[in-house]
Amino acid sequence: MLSGIAMATYDGVIDALGLREWCGGGDGGGGSAPMSMQELLARSRGESGGGGDGGSLWDLPFPSLDTLHDACAAIPETRDLTLGLERGFLSIRDALRVVVDPVTQPLSWMLRESLAVMTNTPWWIMMPLLLALVWLVSRSWRIVGFVAMSLALLALVDHYDAAMQTLAIIFVCAFICVLIGVPIGIAMSRSDRLQRIVIPILDMLQTLPPFVYLIPLIFLFSVTEPKLYGIAIILYAIVPVVRLTDLGIRLVDRDVIEAADAFGMTSRQKLFGVQIPLALPNIMAGVNQTIMMSLAMVVIASLVSAPGLGVLVLRGIRSLELGVGLVAGFGIVLLAIMLDRVTKASLARIDASQAKR
Amino acid sequence: MDDNVKISIRHLYKIFGDNPKSVLAEVQAGMGKPELLESRNHVLGLSDINVDMHEGKITVIMGLSGSGKSTLIRHLNRLIEPTSGEVLVDGENILTWNEARLRTLRRETMSMVFQKFALLPHRTVLENAGMALATRGKSRKEFEGDANRWLDRVGLGGYGGHYPYQLSGGMQQRVGIARALTSNSGIMLMDEAFSALDPLIRTDMQDLLIELQAELHKTIVFITHDLDEALKLADHLVILKDGLVVQQGEPQHILLNPADPYIEDFVSDINRARVLRVRSIMDSSSGEGEFSGEVDHDDNLENVIAMAEGALDRRFRVTQDGKPVGTLEMPAIMRALVPRRSARETARG
Repeated sequence: MLSGIAMATYDGVIDALGLREWCGGGDGGGGSAPMSMQELLARSRGESGGGGDGGSLWDLPFPSLDTLHDACAAIPETRDLTLGLERGFLSIRDALRVVVDPVTQPLSWMLRESLAVMTNTPWWIMMPLLLALVWLVSRSWRIVGFVAMSLALLALVDHYDAAMQTLAIIFVCAFICVLIGVPIGIAMSRSDRLQRIVIPILDMLQTLPPFVYLIPLIFLFSVTEPKLYGIAIILYAIVPVVRLTDLGIRLVDRDVIEAADAFGMTSRQKLFGVQIPLALPNIMAGVNQTIMMSLAMVVIASLVSAPGLGVLVLRGIRSLELGVGLVAGFGIVLLAIMLDRVTKASLARIDASQAKR
Repeated sequence: MDDNVKISIRHLYKIFGDNPKSVLAEVQAGMGKPELLESRNHVLGLSDINVDMHEGKITVIMGLSGSGKSTLIRHLNRLIEPTSGEVLVDGENILTWNEARLRTLRRETMSMVFQKFALLPHRTVLENAGMALATRGKSRKEFEGDANRWLDRVGLGGYGGHYPYQLSGGMQQRVGIARALTSNSGIMLMDEAFSALDPLIRTDMQDLLIELQAELHKTIVFITHDLDEALKLADHLVILKDGLVVQQGEPQHILLNPADPYIEDFVSDINRARVLRVRSIMDSSSGEGEFSGEVDHDDNLENVIAMAEGALDRRFRVTQDGKPVGTLEMPAIMRALVPRRSARETARG
């Protein structure tokens, strides 16, 4: 009878609205669902306190789903909502898998291959190869020297393999981000409507906590598959390259575009001959950001079996091995600085070759 | 030089706003720019423009900023679509053309020079000069010869490998002109082409254009806000104000017979002695008697005054290609140098 105090807070409202019939009889709560902790507490408090009706305005609960459910059984509980979402997802999972699985299979394959290549190639081939790549992109001996020292330092403390695994994942994911992101950005720059549709999606991808991507992905794919973390990284890191490609093309000098029109360029000639080359500094800035964000995500993705330095950080947290975690964390910082400096140097090179006035 | 009409603009209207067609009838009935903005929230860009541009001549469209001159020139290659009217090129209304045909027009019949140069910053000077030909699908080898020839002609020989940002403003605009010339089109549209340059360079560029024109006889449409420039270049001068043609005709004629106070104001500040030519004020009856000398019909008055050493009692024989065509007396020069005033203003003053 005392439990009726909590249950009946909105009984009056339900009755006043004449919804009692719809709720299914006068008996609120009914007891079909197990008693919640709050109800239990309320009951025990009610029994010990005893006095009064306890119905003061001060204690009035917000008419949330759970509270209303107490008054009227036909109103669903919040738990039903989360359960419904889960069941809904599970029911479309198989259908989704049929589509998504084959489409993303190349990603698994690429990640596996690239991990195998980067870790199985002996260090005395891999390191010069990476340094040659750095030289090719940056044309700066200073940066080549810095990268050489950083790699040597990582190798010295036996983090070479983990660093290569992390790099392998980043290379593949950043490459795919550019492959998909640049065309999306171009399409956005040419259609205001598409831009209006895509920007909220990008905003969502950017603000959603990275852990949240992982939850549905775990349901979709087996944890042993590399594409699980591959997709999570790509979703998180693709945003800047899309945004900056769109922005870059929209920022191209309107006078130059007008000149291209005045000389009768087709829209294809304009895109490849004028817009993309002139947007390249912005696109490269996007690529730089994409690489940095995939590095951030690769650490979190170690929760779902992504190999590399992130695993060591995770070990530091899980088994409270402070030193292991800190050294791996420092390694990640070194990788980040390397990737940033190299991409920035190539960006500066592009900028210099087309500085305006 | 034949006198064919190359481009003809007929009853051209351009109204900016949400629904220009809806207010067109009112504009055609005579609603003015301020009223249109106030009552209908549309901006009148151009109103009933009728201009004939002759083949091989320089037509200068002059007006202050906001007069619609840049809007007008963009109608000639349809960078801007009109609200109503016709633009005839070689007698054909280009407004009815489809995209492919319009592209051919832009590639082969018209080229354009821009106020802010609008060169491709990531391409070399040579590639910029050959842009029109490259757009038509010619390979670098095919356009290199033409592009280099025109770069030489505008005084940029040897700069082909540079990038635009390495050149000064004047040199960049020379590239812009070379680009337009390399396209080998009959019509050149020049949108305030020299306005961004400093005065000395501007004079150089004007001389270059006159020199090129004497040789090439292109149909040039030149936009400017500078009256001196307009008078120097124009074969046919069109003066725009608030989207309306206020007066058009031969520049000397406009100078001597301004149609309304707006034009008088406009022409009152220029150096008339330098702009007016002997042919505009001479007496074409070949008078008899003493002559103190001979002057060419195309000489400006400044030269004649210098020749007369300031004396007022001189009398000159005017010649064209060595043959006498008229006489010129000094008092006529003095009268011509005083700006004409409208009857109303004279009465007041």
